[in-house]
Amino acid sequence: MTLALYVPRASPVHRLPAGAKLLALAVGSVLLFVLSSWPVVLGALAGVLVVGLLTARLPAAALWRQARAVLWFLLALLVVHVVVDGWREGLDTGGLAVVRLLTLVLAAAVVTATSRVSAMVAVVERVCGPLRLVGVRPARIGLLVAMTLRFIPVVSERAARIREAQAARGGAVRGPRALAVTVVPLLVQVLVLAHTLAEALDARGADSES
Amino acid sequence: MRRRRSGSADPAAVADPARGIELHGVGHAYGERTVLTDLTLTLHEQRVGVVGANGSGKSTFARLLNGLVVPTDGEVLVDGLSTATQLRAVRRRVGFVFQDPDAQIVHPTVAEDVAYGLQNQGVPAAERDARVADALVRFGLDGHADHPAHLLSGGQKQLLAIAGVLVMRPARVVFDEPTTLLDLLNTRRVAELIGGLAEQVVVVTHDLDLLTDFDRVLVVDRGRVVADDVPAPALAAYRALMDARR
Repeated sequence: MTLALYVPRASPVHRLPAGAKLLALAVGSVLLFVLSSWPVVLGALAGVLVVGLLTARLPAAALWRQARAVLWFLLALLVVHVVVDGWREGLDTGGLAVVRLLTLVLAAAVVTATSRVSAMVAVVERVCGPLRLVGVRPARIGLLVAMTLRFIPVVSERAARIREAQAARGGAVRGPRALAVTVVPLLVQVLVLAHTLAEALDARGADSES
Repeated sequence: MRRRRSGSADPAAVADPARGIELHGVGHAYGERTVLTDLTLTLHEQRVGVVGANGSGKSTFARLLNGLVVPTDGEVLVDGLSTATQLRAVRRRVGFVFQDPDAQIVHPTVAEDVAYGLQNQGVPAAERDARVADALVRFGLDGHADHPAHLLSGGQKQLLAIAGVLVMRPARVVFDEPTTLLDLLNTRRVAELIGGLAEQVVVVTHDLDLLTDFDRVLVVDRGRVVADDVPAPALAAYRALMDARR
Protein backbone atom coordinates (compact mmCIF):
# COMPACT_ATOMS: atom_id res chain seq x y z
CA MET A 1 0.00 0.00 0.00
CA THR A 2 1.36 3.44 -0.88
CA LEU A 3 0.51 6.48 1.16
CA ALA A 4 3.05 8.76 -0.47
CA LEU A 5 1.53 12.15 0.24
CA TYR A 6 4.27 14.73 -0.11
CA VAL A 7 5.95 15.12 -3.50
CA PRO A 8 9.08 17.24 -3.08
CA ARG A 9 9.51 20.01 -5.68
CA ALA A 10 10.89 23.55 -5.65
CA SER A 11 7.68 25.27 -6.75
CA PRO A 12 5.79 28.37 -5.63
CA VAL A 13 2.91 26.14 -4.51
CA HIS A 14 5.26 24.12 -2.29
CA ARG A 15 6.61 27.35 -0.79
CA LEU A 16 3.16 28.60 0.20
CA PRO A 17 2.41 28.12 3.91
CA ALA A 18 0.38 24.97 4.57
CA GLY A 19 -2.15 27.02 6.53
CA ALA A 20 -2.81 29.25 3.51
CA LYS A 21 -3.31 26.23 1.27
CA LEU A 22 -5.67 24.56 3.71
CA LEU A 23 -7.63 27.80 4.08
CA ALA A 24 -7.84 28.18 0.30
CA LEU A 25 -9.03 24.58 0.06
CA ALA A 26 -11.74 25.18 2.66
CA VAL A 27 -12.93 28.45 1.06
CA GLY A 28 -12.77 26.95 -2.43
CA SER A 29 -14.84 23.95 -1.33
CA VAL A 30 -17.57 26.18 0.07
CA LEU A 31 -17.60 28.39 -3.03
CA LEU A 32 -17.79 25.35 -5.29
CA PHE A 33 -20.98 24.23 -3.57
CA VAL A 34 -22.47 27.75 -3.41
CA LEU A 35 -21.66 28.69 -7.02
CA SER A 36 -22.56 25.31 -8.47
CA SER A 37 -22.71 25.64 -12.25
CA TRP A 38 -20.93 23.93 -15.13
CA PRO A 39 -18.71 26.93 -16.06
CA VAL A 40 -17.62 27.45 -12.42
CA VAL A 41 -16.98 23.76 -11.74
CA LEU A 42 -15.13 23.16 -15.03
CA GLY A 43 -13.13 26.34 -14.48
CA ALA A 44 -12.20 25.18 -10.97
CA LEU A 45 -11.18 21.74 -12.28
CA ALA A 46 -9.01 23.35 -14.95
CA GLY A 47 -7.52 25.67 -12.34
CA VAL A 48 -6.67 22.79 -10.02
CA LEU A 49 -5.03 20.85 -12.86
CA VAL A 50 -3.02 23.88 -13.96
CA VAL A 51 -1.84 24.58 -10.41
CA GLY A 52 -1.11 20.92 -9.71
CA LEU A 53 0.51 19.84 -12.95
CA LEU A 54 2.09 23.03 -14.30
CA THR A 55 2.77 25.30 -11.33
CA ALA A 56 3.52 22.65 -8.67
CA ARG A 57 4.93 20.24 -11.32
CA LEU A 58 3.30 17.24 -9.68
CA PRO A 59 3.36 14.02 -11.69
CA ALA A 60 0.01 13.28 -13.31
CA ALA A 61 0.20 9.81 -11.78
CA ALA A 62 0.10 11.30 -8.25
CA LEU A 63 -3.19 13.04 -9.01
CA TRP A 64 -4.56 10.06 -10.93
CA ARG A 65 -3.93 7.81 -7.90
CA GLN A 66 -6.14 10.03 -5.77
CA ALA A 67 -8.84 10.26 -8.45
CA ARG A 68 -8.77 6.51 -9.01
CA ALA A 69 -9.38 5.92 -5.30
CA VAL A 70 -12.79 7.60 -5.56
CA LEU A 71 -13.65 6.55 -9.10
CA TRP A 72 -16.17 3.85 -8.16
CA PHE A 73 -17.84 6.15 -5.69
CA LEU A 74 -18.17 8.87 -8.34
CA LEU A 75 -19.52 6.39 -10.85
CA ALA A 76 -22.08 5.14 -8.34
CA LEU A 77 -23.10 8.72 -7.62
CA LEU A 78 -23.67 9.34 -11.31
CA VAL A 79 -25.72 6.16 -11.67
CA VAL A 80 -27.92 7.11 -8.71
CA HIS A 81 -28.57 10.51 -10.29
CA VAL A 82 -29.46 8.91 -13.62
CA VAL A 83 -31.78 6.39 -11.96
CA VAL A 84 -33.52 9.02 -9.86
CA ASP A 85 -33.65 11.91 -12.34
CA GLY A 86 -33.62 10.13 -15.71
CA TRP A 87 -30.96 10.25 -18.44
CA ARG A 88 -30.94 13.91 -19.40
CA GLU A 89 -31.48 15.47 -15.97
CA GLY A 90 -29.39 12.80 -14.22
CA LEU A 91 -26.37 13.28 -16.46
CA ASP A 92 -26.57 17.02 -15.94
CA THR A 93 -26.97 17.16 -12.15
CA GLY A 94 -25.05 13.94 -11.51
CA GLY A 95 -22.25 14.97 -13.84
CA LEU A 96 -21.98 18.31 -12.10
CA ALA A 97 -21.83 16.65 -8.68
CA VAL A 98 -19.20 14.17 -9.91
CA VAL A 99 -16.96 16.82 -11.47
CA ARG A 100 -17.33 19.00 -8.38
CA LEU A 101 -16.28 16.17 -6.05
CA LEU A 102 -13.45 15.18 -8.37
CA THR A 103 -12.23 18.78 -8.33
CA LEU A 104 -12.26 18.82 -4.54
CA VAL A 105 -10.42 15.50 -4.31
CA LEU A 106 -7.76 16.73 -6.73
CA ALA A 107 -7.48 20.07 -4.93
CA ALA A 108 -6.97 18.24 -1.64
CA ALA A 109 -4.40 16.01 -3.35
CA VAL A 110 -2.51 19.11 -4.58
CA VAL A 111 -2.48 20.53 -1.04
CA THR A 112 -1.23 17.32 0.55
CA ALA A 113 1.31 16.66 -2.20
CA THR A 114 2.81 20.13 -1.81
CA SER A 115 2.80 20.35 2.01
CA ARG A 116 5.02 18.40 4.37
CA VAL A 117 3.19 16.43 7.03
CA SER A 118 5.03 18.40 9.72
CA ALA A 119 3.69 21.66 8.24
CA MET A 120 0.14 20.27 8.18
CA VAL A 121 0.55 19.01 11.72
CA ALA A 122 1.76 22.47 12.79
CA VAL A 123 -1.44 23.94 11.31
CA VAL A 124 -3.55 21.40 13.19
CA GLU A 125 -1.71 22.31 16.39
CA ARG A 126 -2.28 26.04 15.79
CA VAL A 127 -5.97 25.51 15.07
CA CYS A 128 -6.28 23.37 18.21
CA GLY A 129 -4.36 25.96 20.26
CA PRO A 130 -7.45 27.31 22.05
CA LEU A 131 -8.16 23.79 23.36
CA ARG A 132 -5.29 24.35 25.80
CA LEU A 133 -7.83 26.29 27.85
CA VAL A 134 -9.70 23.05 28.52
CA GLY A 135 -6.55 21.04 29.21
CA VAL A 136 -6.02 19.53 25.75
CA ARG A 137 -2.39 19.50 24.50
CA PRO A 138 -2.38 20.49 20.82
CA ALA A 139 0.98 18.78 20.28
CA ARG A 140 -0.68 15.48 21.18
CA ILE A 141 -3.35 16.03 18.53
CA GLY A 142 -0.67 16.85 15.97
CA LEU A 143 1.25 13.74 16.91
CA LEU A 144 -1.94 11.72 16.58
CA VAL A 145 -2.45 12.99 13.02
CA ALA A 146 1.16 12.25 12.06
CA MET A 147 1.09 8.77 13.59
CA THR A 148 -2.19 7.96 11.88
CA LEU A 149 -0.65 8.75 8.51
CA ARG A 150 2.49 6.84 9.46
CA PHE A 151 0.82 3.68 10.72
CA ILE A 152 -1.93 3.15 8.13
CA PRO A 153 0.57 1.52 5.71
CA VAL A 154 2.37 -0.29 8.56
CA VAL A 155 -0.82 -1.95 9.81
CA SER A 156 -1.88 -2.64 6.23
CA GLU A 157 1.44 -4.41 5.55
CA ARG A 158 1.07 -6.50 8.70
CA ALA A 159 -2.45 -7.50 7.67
CA ALA A 160 -1.11 -8.53 4.27
CA ARG A 161 1.64 -10.60 5.94
CA ILE A 162 -0.93 -12.37 8.14
CA ARG A 163 -3.08 -13.12 5.10
CA GLU A 164 -0.03 -14.54 3.31
CA ALA A 165 0.78 -16.70 6.32
CA GLN A 166 -2.80 -17.98 6.41
CA ALA A 167 -2.72 -18.69 2.68
CA ALA A 168 0.63 -20.51 2.97
CA ARG A 169 -1.03 -22.89 5.44
CA GLY A 170 -4.03 -23.46 3.23
CA GLY A 171 -6.34 -20.95 4.89
CA ALA A 172 -8.98 -18.86 3.15
CA VAL A 173 -7.64 -15.68 1.57
CA ARG A 174 -10.98 -13.98 0.88
CA GLY A 175 -14.39 -13.72 2.45
CA PRO A 176 -15.70 -13.55 6.00
CA ARG A 177 -13.71 -16.59 7.15
CA ALA A 178 -10.43 -15.04 5.97
CA LEU A 179 -11.37 -11.79 7.68
CA ALA A 180 -12.08 -13.54 10.96
CA VAL A 181 -8.74 -15.35 11.05
CA THR A 182 -6.90 -12.17 10.10
CA VAL A 183 -8.47 -9.78 12.59
CA VAL A 184 -7.42 -11.51 15.82
CA PRO A 185 -3.69 -11.93 15.04
CA LEU A 186 -3.66 -8.44 13.54
CA LEU A 187 -5.18 -7.03 16.71
CA VAL A 188 -2.54 -8.81 18.79
CA GLN A 189 0.24 -7.48 16.56
CA VAL A 190 -1.16 -3.96 16.68
CA LEU A 191 -1.33 -4.07 20.48
CA VAL A 192 2.31 -5.23 20.65
CA LEU A 193 3.24 -2.52 18.14
CA ALA A 194 1.39 0.07 20.22
CA HIS A 195 3.22 -1.03 23.36
CA THR A 196 6.64 -0.71 21.70
CA LEU A 197 5.61 2.57 20.09
CA ALA A 198 4.66 3.96 23.50
CA GLU A 199 8.11 2.98 24.79
CA ALA A 200 9.74 4.56 21.74
CA LEU A 201 7.80 7.79 22.26
CA ASP A 202 8.97 7.84 25.88
CA ALA A 203 12.55 7.16 24.82
CA ARG A 204 12.44 10.05 22.33
CA GLY A 205 11.16 12.55 24.85
CA ALA A 206 7.45 12.63 23.97
CA ASP A 207 6.65 13.55 27.55
CA SER A 208 8.52 16.84 27.03
CA GLU A 209 6.29 18.12 24.26
CA SER A 210 4.11 21.17 24.89
CA MET B 1 4.71 -2.19 40.09
CA ARG B 2 7.11 0.65 40.87
CA ARG B 3 8.37 0.93 44.40
CA ARG B 4 10.35 3.79 45.83
CA ARG B 5 13.29 2.73 47.92
CA SER B 6 15.29 4.38 50.61
CA GLY B 7 18.68 5.62 49.44
CA SER B 8 17.40 6.88 46.08
CA ALA B 9 19.47 9.53 44.38
CA ASP B 10 18.74 13.13 45.21
CA PRO B 11 16.23 14.42 42.59
CA ALA B 12 18.25 17.62 42.28
CA ALA B 13 21.56 15.77 41.82
CA VAL B 14 23.86 17.07 39.10
CA ALA B 15 24.97 14.63 36.41
CA ASP B 16 28.47 13.24 36.80
CA PRO B 17 29.46 11.48 33.54
CA ALA B 18 32.44 9.86 35.26
CA ARG B 19 30.08 7.61 37.19
CA GLY B 20 28.78 5.83 34.09
CA ILE B 21 25.83 3.47 34.45
CA GLU B 22 25.43 1.91 37.90
CA LEU B 23 23.09 -0.85 39.00
CA HIS B 24 22.78 -1.34 42.75
CA GLY B 25 21.00 -4.50 43.90
CA VAL B 26 18.64 -4.31 40.95
CA GLY B 27 15.81 -6.77 40.54
CA HIS B 28 12.67 -6.66 38.47
CA ALA B 29 9.45 -8.62 38.39
CA TYR B 30 6.40 -8.45 36.14
CA GLY B 31 3.72 -9.33 38.66
CA GLU B 32 4.69 -12.67 40.12
CA ARG B 33 7.30 -13.39 37.45
CA THR B 34 10.81 -12.36 38.46
CA VAL B 35 12.97 -11.59 35.43
CA LEU B 36 16.06 -9.99 37.01
CA THR B 37 17.60 -10.65 40.41
CA ASP B 38 20.15 -8.72 42.47
CA LEU B 39 22.27 -7.11 39.78
CA THR B 40 25.09 -4.93 41.02
CA LEU B 41 27.53 -3.63 38.43
CA THR B 42 28.94 -0.49 36.87
CA LEU B 43 29.29 0.09 33.13
CA HIS B 44 32.11 2.45 32.22
CA GLU B 45 33.33 0.77 29.05
CA GLN B 46 32.78 2.35 25.65
CA ARG B 47 31.16 -0.79 24.18
CA VAL B 48 29.26 -3.26 26.29
CA GLY B 49 27.51 -6.30 24.87
CA VAL B 50 24.74 -8.28 26.54
CA VAL B 51 23.88 -11.82 25.45
CA GLY B 52 21.51 -14.42 26.78
CA ALA B 53 18.89 -16.93 25.75
CA ASN B 54 15.34 -15.88 24.91
CA GLY B 55 13.54 -14.95 28.10
CA SER B 56 16.78 -14.57 30.07
CA GLY B 57 15.95 -10.99 31.08
CA LYS B 58 18.35 -9.15 28.77
CA SER B 59 15.71 -6.95 27.12
CA THR B 60 14.42 -5.93 30.54
CA PHE B 61 18.04 -5.23 31.49
CA ALA B 62 18.34 -2.93 28.45
CA ARG B 63 15.09 -1.15 29.33
CA LEU B 64 16.34 -0.47 32.84
CA LEU B 65 19.16 1.65 31.50
CA ASN B 66 17.04 4.54 30.27
CA GLY B 67 14.10 4.13 32.59
CA LEU B 68 11.69 2.41 30.20
CA VAL B 69 11.50 -0.09 33.04
CA VAL B 70 11.98 1.10 36.63
CA PRO B 71 13.34 -1.71 38.83
CA THR B 72 11.10 -3.17 41.48
CA ASP B 73 14.19 -3.60 43.68
CA GLY B 74 17.40 -1.63 43.87
CA GLU B 75 18.38 1.38 41.86
CA VAL B 76 19.76 2.28 38.44
CA LEU B 77 21.87 5.43 38.17
CA VAL B 78 23.05 7.02 34.94
CA ASP B 79 25.81 9.55 35.49
CA GLY B 80 24.58 9.63 39.08
CA LEU B 81 20.96 10.36 38.06
CA SER B 82 18.27 7.94 39.18
CA THR B 83 15.99 6.39 36.56
CA ALA B 84 13.25 6.36 39.19
CA THR B 85 13.34 10.02 40.22
CA GLN B 86 15.12 11.86 37.38
CA LEU B 87 13.63 10.07 34.43
CA ARG B 88 13.55 12.98 31.99
CA ALA B 89 17.20 13.86 32.63
CA VAL B 90 18.19 10.19 32.26
CA ARG B 91 16.36 9.85 28.96
CA ARG B 92 18.14 12.89 27.55
CA ARG B 93 21.42 11.11 28.31
CA VAL B 94 20.49 7.60 27.17
CA GLY B 95 19.06 6.91 23.73
CA PHE B 96 17.28 3.64 22.99
CA VAL B 97 17.07 1.79 19.67
CA PHE B 98 14.49 -0.99 19.44
CA GLN B 99 14.58 -4.24 17.52
CA ASP B 100 11.67 -3.35 15.22
CA PRO B 101 12.24 0.00 13.50
CA ASP B 102 8.62 0.11 12.35
CA ALA B 103 7.56 0.47 15.96
CA GLN B 104 9.74 3.51 16.62
CA ILE B 105 9.41 5.56 13.45
CA VAL B 106 6.70 8.02 14.39
CA HIS B 107 6.37 10.37 11.42
CA PRO B 108 5.40 9.50 7.86
CA THR B 109 8.50 10.91 6.16
CA VAL B 110 12.20 10.41 6.89
CA ALA B 111 13.38 13.95 7.72
CA GLU B 112 10.30 14.66 9.80
CA ASP B 113 10.89 11.55 11.87
CA VAL B 114 14.53 12.43 12.52
CA ALA B 115 13.38 15.89 13.66
CA TYR B 116 10.81 14.49 16.11
CA GLY B 117 13.10 14.02 19.12
CA LEU B 118 14.66 17.45 18.56
CA GLN B 119 11.22 19.05 18.61
CA ASN B 120 10.59 17.36 21.93
CA GLN B 121 13.89 18.77 23.21
CA GLY B 122 12.81 22.26 22.14
CA VAL B 123 15.72 22.70 19.70
CA PRO B 124 15.17 25.88 17.60
CA ALA B 125 13.99 25.28 14.02
CA ALA B 126 17.16 26.46 12.27
CA GLU B 127 19.43 24.29 14.42
CA ARG B 128 16.96 21.42 14.13
CA ASP B 129 17.03 21.56 10.32
CA ALA B 130 20.84 21.65 10.31
CA ARG B 131 21.15 18.71 12.69
CA VAL B 132 18.59 16.69 10.74
CA ALA B 133 20.47 17.37 7.49
CA ASP B 134 23.75 16.30 9.12
CA ALA B 135 22.16 13.13 10.50
CA LEU B 136 20.68 12.18 7.14
CA VAL B 137 24.09 12.52 5.48
CA ARG B 138 25.80 10.60 8.30
CA PHE B 139 23.40 7.67 7.97
CA GLY B 140 23.24 7.67 4.18
CA LEU B 141 19.64 8.83 4.08
CA ASP B 142 20.18 12.27 2.55
CA GLY B 143 18.59 11.20 -0.72
CA HIS B 144 15.48 10.06 1.15
CA ALA B 145 14.63 13.11 3.27
CA ASP B 146 11.09 13.45 1.94
CA HIS B 147 10.47 9.77 1.25
CA PRO B 148 7.66 7.97 3.07
CA ALA B 149 9.27 5.95 5.85
CA HIS B 150 7.23 2.83 5.09
CA LEU B 151 8.76 2.59 1.62
CA LEU B 152 12.32 2.29 2.97
CA SER B 153 14.07 -1.09 3.08
CA GLY B 154 14.45 -2.86 6.43
CA GLY B 155 18.06 -1.71 6.70
CA GLN B 156 17.20 1.87 5.86
CA LYS B 157 14.41 1.83 8.45
CA GLN B 158 16.86 0.67 11.12
CA LEU B 159 19.31 3.40 10.05
CA LEU B 160 16.46 5.92 10.28
CA ALA B 161 15.56 4.67 13.75
CA ILE B 162 19.20 5.02 14.83
CA ALA B 163 19.45 8.48 13.23
CA GLY B 164 16.31 9.57 15.09
CA VAL B 165 17.95 8.63 18.38
CA LEU B 166 21.52 9.84 17.74
CA VAL B 167 20.41 13.23 16.42
CA MET B 168 19.30 13.93 20.00
CA ARG B 169 22.98 13.61 21.02
CA PRO B 170 22.64 11.23 23.94
CA ALA B 171 25.87 10.42 25.78
CA ARG B 172 24.96 6.73 25.77
CA VAL B 173 22.88 4.54 23.46
CA VAL B 174 21.22 1.23 24.24
CA PHE B 175 20.46 -1.08 21.30
CA ASP B 176 17.97 -3.90 21.80
CA GLU B 177 18.72 -6.54 19.15
CA PRO B 178 19.40 -3.97 16.42
CA THR B 179 20.32 -6.48 13.70
CA THR B 180 17.80 -9.26 14.33
CA LEU B 181 15.52 -8.27 11.43
CA LEU B 182 18.30 -7.35 8.98
CA ASP B 183 20.02 -9.19 6.15
CA LEU B 184 23.78 -9.74 6.19
CA LEU B 185 24.63 -6.57 4.29
CA ASN B 186 22.54 -4.36 6.55
CA THR B 187 23.73 -6.22 9.64
CA ARG B 188 27.29 -5.30 8.63
CA ARG B 189 26.31 -1.68 7.99
CA VAL B 190 24.66 -1.36 11.39
CA ALA B 191 27.58 -3.18 13.07
CA GLU B 192 30.07 -0.79 11.45
CA LEU B 193 27.95 2.15 12.48
CA ILE B 194 27.76 0.97 16.08
CA GLY B 195 31.48 0.27 16.06
CA GLY B 196 32.20 3.83 14.94
CA LEU B 197 30.03 5.62 17.49
CA ALA B 198 31.73 7.98 19.91
CA GLU B 199 28.91 7.47 22.43
CA GLN B 200 28.96 4.69 24.99
CA VAL B 201 26.92 1.82 23.56
CA VAL B 202 25.21 -1.08 25.26
CA VAL B 203 24.08 -3.68 22.74
CA VAL B 204 21.72 -6.54 23.55
CA THR B 205 22.04 -9.08 20.78
CA HIS B 206 22.01 -12.69 19.61
CA ASP B 207 24.60 -11.79 16.95
CA LEU B 208 27.81 -12.85 18.68
CA ASP B 209 29.98 -11.63 15.78
CA LEU B 210 28.80 -8.12 16.55
CA LEU B 211 30.50 -8.25 19.94
CA THR B 212 33.96 -9.55 19.10
CA ASP B 213 35.58 -6.09 19.24
CA PHE B 214 33.62 -4.92 22.27
CA ASP B 215 35.24 -3.97 25.56
CA ARG B 216 33.02 -6.05 27.79
CA VAL B 217 30.31 -8.68 27.42
CA LEU B 218 27.72 -9.66 30.02
CA VAL B 219 26.03 -13.04 29.82
CA VAL B 220 22.55 -12.96 31.34
CA ASP B 221 20.86 -16.18 32.30
CA ARG B 222 17.66 -16.65 34.28
CA GLY B 223 17.75 -13.07 35.49
CA ARG B 224 21.37 -13.05 36.67
CA VAL B 225 24.69 -12.06 35.15
CA VAL B 226 26.53 -15.39 34.98
CA ALA B 227 29.60 -14.19 33.07
CA ASP B 228 31.15 -10.75 32.82
CA ASP B 229 34.38 -10.44 30.90
CA VAL B 230 36.07 -9.34 27.69
CA PRO B 231 34.40 -10.88 24.62
CA ALA B 232 36.36 -14.10 24.03
CA PRO B 233 35.94 -15.72 27.47
CA ALA B 234 32.44 -14.27 27.97
CA LEU B 235 31.20 -15.58 24.63
CA ALA B 236 32.89 -18.93 25.29
CA ALA B 237 31.02 -19.11 28.59
CA TYR B 238 27.77 -18.30 26.82
CA ARG B 239 28.35 -21.00 24.19
CA ALA B 240 29.19 -23.53 26.91
CA LEU B 241 26.02 -22.58 28.76
CA MET B 242 23.90 -23.08 25.66
CA ASP B 243 25.67 -26.35 24.81
CA ALA B 244 24.86 -27.63 28.28
CA ARG B 245 21.17 -26.96 27.66
CA ARG B 246 20.93 -29.07 24.51
